[in-house]
Amino acid sequence: MNQTTSALGKDLVGLEPLTRDQILAVLDTAEPFKEISERRIKKVPVLRGKTIVNLFFEASTRTRVSFEFAEHRLSADTVNIAAAQSSVSKGETLVDTARNLEAMRIDMVVMRHGSSGAAGFLAERIPSNVVNAGDGSHEHPTQGLLDMLTIRDHMGRIEGLKVCIVGDVLHSRVARSNIYGLLKLGAQVAVCGPPTLVPRGFRSLGVEVFTRVEDAIQWADVLNILRLQLERMESGFVPSLREYNRIWGISRARLEKAPQDILILHPGPMNRGVEIDSDVADGPHSVILNQVTNGVAVRMAVLYLLAGGQPERAEAAKQGGDA
Amino acid sequence: MSAERIPVMDEPAVRRAVARMAREIVEKSGGTQRLAVMGIHRRGIQIAELLRAEGARVPAGSIDISLYRDDLEEIGPRPIVGGSQVPNSGIDGKTIVLVDDVQHTGRTARAAINELMDWGRPGRILLCVLVDRGGRELPIQPDIVGRHVEVLEVHQSVEVLVPEVDGRLGVDLVITHPEAV
Repeated sequence: MNQTTSALGKDLVGLEPLTRDQILAVLDTAEPFKEISERRIKKVPVLRGKTIVNLFFEASTRTRVSFEFAEHRLSADTVNIAAAQSSVSKGETLVDTARNLEAMRIDMVVMRHGSSGAAGFLAERIPSNVVNAGDGSHEHPTQGLLDMLTIRDHMGRIEGLKVCIVGDVLHSRVARSNIYGLLKLGAQVAVCGPPTLVPRGFRSLGVEVFTRVEDAIQWADVLNILRLQLERMESGFVPSLREYNRIWGISRARLEKAPQDILILHPGPMNRGVEIDSDVADGPHSVILNQVTNGVAVRMAVLYLLAGGQPERAEAAKQGGDA
Repeated sequence: MSAERIPVMDEPAVRRAVARMAREIVEKSGGTQRLAVMGIHRRGIQIAELLRAEGARVPAGSIDISLYRDDLEEIGPRPIVGGSQVPNSGIDGKTIVLVDDVQHTGRTARAAINELMDWGRPGRILLCVLVDRGGRELPIQPDIVGRHVEVLEVHQSVEVLVPEVDGRLGVDLVITHPEAV
């Protein structure tokens, strides 16, 4: 209905369908939103009267809280639904759940779901704006955006940078959103991890593949270290956590061999001593907590840009004379 | 649609008006000690700078009211170019001079005042505009005005031009002639 007004369209399902300009629009819009969280009264009235449902079919603390802060700081009204307590556990389909919510006149759905493609599926079927807060191993667009904002904050640019995503790339929606976004903004992207967790098919996305983490460290300006998603693994992907750490873990000793300082990102939650050592996570080049801070600003920007208006009505108002 | 521009104020006229406004601000606020000037994005910022250049370099800030507008539904989200900047010394207890280029409906001033109140507790707010064109929709009147300009509500508007954006300083009355339908 209001696709044409918003810089993003009706929904944010992933970064793959977005253009470079749309991604930059979100990052640039996030800048002034950072400052709102530093105010004494952390609130602006821009989404007053909008109702947003946070529909989480998978456990999440950081992302859900981050979205909630973003919504509240824009003055939206919010409801949280955790699937375990909802009628989904009674057998209701996703679309029926959403239609019932729509019947209560909502404006936006922020959804996390275990199935890849769930956000796009829902977006096509309901008139409310849909924001993907992670769907299976497909995409987690706001995480990709906040990672890019954090990189830009610290490196001053994205174009031309070498960014390597390390770890469990196979199961990672964060990796996919990062790859789509970073490539569009002109970065060079690589992935690195055990062959069982780094599918060869990723080459076709236009990324380099490293099989040795030492090589990745020699190459990269930025490392985005992913969590080993034990809950999504059947078994047999890695021999043991200790061995994973020995071969793939990012330690200070490994980083000291790099030709230059490497910016360290991690989308959280971290498994200290597995994919990242504490002295790296807490080290001088870690921007892991900056990512969390930027997450709120990026989500505010996305909600603001999607909230859109109705150009037809604006045109009608213009006819009445307005300067 | 064609538009006709009639100059209302040239550069010397604007500078004279600004000088007088600066004096009025100091008179009304009883000195410059607790004074801060905040321009409303975007041409209000340049007018605020001109005012500061007239006398004491009082603390300055800027306000982008995009997030406080009451017409998001109609216009859709706009890029927030400026962001707001509070003067370094804060606004609590200060006399804040809100500066805009043109006062029309009063909605921009309303939004800016709301935003200021979310920032803190100013001791006093003065509203200062280069041009008052009338047409108020809210009961918010400026305290200090550079020039009153009579404008018909239909097909006429006032534009303040500043060097940073428009390449020159001045005020034009813009009359649009819609094509016959």
